[in-house]
Amino acid sequence: MIVAERKPLAEIMEMVRDCKKILVLACRGCVTVCSAGGEREAAILASLVRLGMKKNGRDVEVIEGSLVRQCDREYVDAIDQWKGQYDAILSTACGVGVNFIANLRPRDNVLPALNTTFFGGSAEQGVWSEQCAGCGDCVLHLTGGLCPVARCAKSLMNGPCGGSVNGRCEIHPDVDCVWQMIYDRMGRLDRQKEMAKPAPIRDWSAAGHGGPRKQVRQDLTV
Amino acid sequence: MSFTPDIRLFSCHYTSQQSCAHEGRELQELGFPENVRMTRVACTGKLEVLTLLKAFEDGADGVYVVGCPKDGCHNVKGSQRAAKRVQAVRDALEELGVEPDRVRMYHLPRGLHPEFVDAAREMDEGIRSMGPGPFGG
Ligand code: SF4
Ligand code: SF4
Repeated sequence: MIVAERKPLAEIMEMVRDCKKILVLACRGCVTVCSAGGEREAAILASLVRLGMKKNGRDVEVIEGSLVRQCDREYVDAIDQWKGQYDAILSTACGVGVNFIANLRPRDNVLPALNTTFFGGSAEQGVWSEQCAGCGDCVLHLTGGLCPVARCAKSLMNGPCGGSVNGRCEIHPDVDCVWQMIYDRMGRLDRQKEMAKPAPIRDWSAAGHGGPRKQVRQDLTV
Repeated sequence: MSFTPDIRLFSCHYTSQQSCAHEGRELQELGFPENVRMTRVACTGKLEVLTLLKAFEDGADGVYVVGCPKDGCHNVKGSQRAAKRVQAVRDALEELGVEPDRVRMYHLPRGLHPEFVDAAREMDEGIRSMGPGPFGG
C-alpha cells in the first residue's frame, strides 16, 4: 500500500489560514489501512483544525467527508455532493488523490494534509517500512524476493558496498543491509551461485527518470 | 485570575466505581472539586483521541483520564492504550501551541482512594494556574 503520515499541524494551519469553509476529505483506500488519512484520522484532523482556528480567533466551518478512493474518476466525481459547502478541500489521501482532485476539478482548491512517504507494509502494529520503489522493471526474481532498489540505501544491483558490516547498512546501525539479506536468502534457497552473474546496467527510464509514467491497457479502454 | 475551569474527567468504571456510591455524596465530602465533570467509561482503552478532542471543542479548559495502574489493568492493556491516546492529544496540543498539560493521564488503584480526589485537585489547580483554555468555550 501507499504509506503516508500527517503533515505537521503548523503547516496545515498555515495552508487553511484564510479558509472559511473546509471539507476534510478522507480516503478509504491505502491511507485508511496505514492509519494516516481514513475516516478516523480525518475526523481527528477536522477537530484539530477547528481547535486551531478557534485558538487563532478565526471563524471556520469544517465538514467531513470521505471517498472510497480519491484516485479514480468515478469516486472523485462524488465530491459534487458537498457542492457549495467548502472553499477548500483538505485531502487526507496520498499525493495521488490530491493530484486526481486537482486534475479533475479545475475550480476546487485542494490541499494536502499528508506527506506521502513510500510503498510499504506493516509487519508489526503501528510500524510501516518501505519495500518497493515502483521502479518499473522488477528484479525480485533475481534477488530472492528482496528489493535492492528500495531497500539498499544506494540502490546497488551487484551486491553490497564496502559499508556493509555485520549485516547492517552503513547509513544506520538499525538498518539491515538488504544485500546481506539477499545473500543469506539465496543461500537458503540454494541459489547463491546465481549471484556470481553480474547484473546488467539498468535502464532507469522505466523508473520515472524518463518523465511521468503512464500505462494504457487497450483491452480495458472504452 | 479567578476563573472556574471546566474540567472533564474520563474515568474507568473500576477506578471510579465507589466514587459514585451514595450518589457521589462521599466524593463531595472528600472535597472532590465540583467543576470536574466525570464520564465513566467501561474501560479507558475504549477512549478515542477524538473523544478527548471533542471535550475541548465542547469548551473544556482541561481534560484528564483516570485508568487502572499500568501493570494492573482490569482489561490487561486498557489503561496503557489510554495513556498512548492521551499522549497523542498532548502532542497535538503542543503542535497547536497549547499547553500539553491541559490533558493528562493518571493511573490509579481501583476503588475510592484519596489519590482519586488528589488527582482532581491537582488538575483543578493546574488548569487554574494556566488560565482559561485557548479554544474560547
Ligand atoms: S488516493 Fe491514494 S491513498 Fe487513496 S486509495 Fe488511491 S492510492 Fe490509496
Ligand atoms: S525491483 Fe523495482 S518493482 Fe521490484 S520491488 Fe524493487 S522497486 Fe519495486
